[in-house]
Amino acid sequence: MADASGAHPRRSRLRRALMFPLAFVLVASLWEFYKAIGPAKGGSILGIRVLPRTDDQSMSHVWDMWSRLWQPEVRGNSTRIISVVAQATFYSLRVSLLAFVLGSALGIGLAVLMARFRIAERALMPHLVISQTVPIIVLAPLIAALMAFASRDLASKTWIAAVILGVFLSFFPVALGTLRGLQATPPAALELMDSLASPWWKTLTKLRFPAAVPYLAPALRLAGAAAVVGVVVAEISLGVRSGVGRLILSYGQEASTDPPKLYAAVFGAAALGLIMASLVVAVDRTLMRNRPQENS
Amino acid sequence: MSDIPAVEAHGLGKVFNADSANRVDALVDIDLTIVPGEFVSLIGPSGCGKSTLLRLFADLIEPTSGSLTVNGKTAHQARLDQDYGMAFQQSGLFEWRSVERNIELPLELKGWDKAKRQQRSAEMLELVKLGDFAKHMPWQLSGGMQQRVAIARSLAAHPQLLLMDEPFGALDEMTREHMQAELLRICATMHTTVVFVTHSIPEAVYLADRVVVMSPRPGRIVDIVDVSLGRERDELTREATTFFEKVTEVREALRGIEMSNQARGIEDR
Repeated sequence: MADASGAHPRRSRLRRALMFPLAFVLVASLWEFYKAIGPAKGGSILGIRVLPRTDDQSMSHVWDMWSRLWQPEVRGNSTRIISVVAQATFYSLRVSLLAFVLGSALGIGLAVLMARFRIAERALMPHLVISQTVPIIVLAPLIAALMAFASRDLASKTWIAAVILGVFLSFFPVALGTLRGLQATPPAALELMDSLASPWWKTLTKLRFPAAVPYLAPALRLAGAAAVVGVVVAEISLGVRSGVGRLILSYGQEASTDPPKLYAAVFGAAALGLIMASLVVAVDRTLMRNRPQENS
Repeated sequence: MSDIPAVEAHGLGKVFNADSANRVDALVDIDLTIVPGEFVSLIGPSGCGKSTLLRLFADLIEPTSGSLTVNGKTAHQARLDQDYGMAFQQSGLFEWRSVERNIELPLELKGWDKAKRQQRSAEMLELVKLGDFAKHMPWQLSGGMQQRVAIARSLAAHPQLLLMDEPFGALDEMTREHMQAELLRICATMHTTVVFVTHSIPEAVYLADRVVVMSPRPGRIVDIVDVSLGRERDELTREATTFFEKVTEVREALRGIEMSNQARGIEDR
């Protein structure tokens, strides 16, 4: 019961460390393998294209993508693509983190409200569910327009719209997970707090919240991913300057002449997702330390 | 010790679902006075309302009739004043808190500062002989140790009254007997009044000054057995003739319930 991490924690850690580069090599090999054997013009079934083209135009060689990373962004300029992409990724990461933190706080706040008042749950929940069915690509310009309407200063700060969209997507899983956790407090523990004449909010902070943490962890993972999607989509849709989404857009326009360049931006976006995911896992581990648990 | 009864109940009753077809008369006409320092066991078959009675004393549920005072106050006021500590069958320790921080929980709710809390939890850990386990997490302890932590928690604020709902029910026989002796020692040290709900006849007799025998449908007190074994009890007590006589007396009181239920055509299981 005490040792849940398995008999060979060191070996499994080594294995996990090897998994990442291995997966990387595997994907790269699959890419090259398909490029080597796949039809250059793509494959169609009943007139619908199902297989992608394999020419250099559509699928660049892995090594071309790699070497392009280290070349200047535009001819005659000394700035390498990789540093441009890294800067844009870092910018988007900060925006995503802000969206994630605000979204999680909003989600937790809503969950507490709904756990406290049944009527709040019944009034809010349908709206929350409906809110998530709105296509985000529609929402981004709407938010930008509303901001411009509110104030001329806000209109130029498109990153705020990106934060709002990230919050909009990330609060939902957190609200749902936290609410479920808050409602799953063992009745015996609640009885104990009652016997100690604990007021509602102290029962919340000392019992309901800590007891809900195992429900919060998976919700935060979803929220981290959702924040990144919201921010990147907003960046593409609104052309937020200095974001990685904007980079995908502008490099995409050069894809006909310089295909590997687009992939550099895509790598940046992928890195953004990975960094966000590992940060959330770190948060999760911190919250779950000292707990009896099976997932190590 | 004051003369104010620890618990005083007159004509106490509890009806669940009074207005519906599943009306249950959980308790009727309970008269019971428990004096300070006394150890009282509540025993009876399932559904006799012994846990309900304990929850009435604790003000976790409200009576539907009769009067009740705890430490001379209303049960509600006694709960607000943390006049009693409570221990359940499940130790109910918070898995995210270390052993010492679990014990400090009632003190936190009383608003004690950290230094005072730590001093008290250290004392309590010594009392339940777990001095070396302050920093351990609950899941690192055995069931018996967890239950000892729960007792330390229930007594941390030094309440005069301890309400226990089958606290040793989930423990194996050996651990259980050990815990019973420990409980008597601890309560003697702290001069605590105890109301102890149990299913086990030997446990009830070994621990208590008085054993309250209850019967189901509706829950009421059928007999109160005085256990004149004296306060000093040890492992030899379990083998004494008086002990067996008292066990027999309680068993016959319980059997009487069974007989009368059969006579009335009520099945017990």
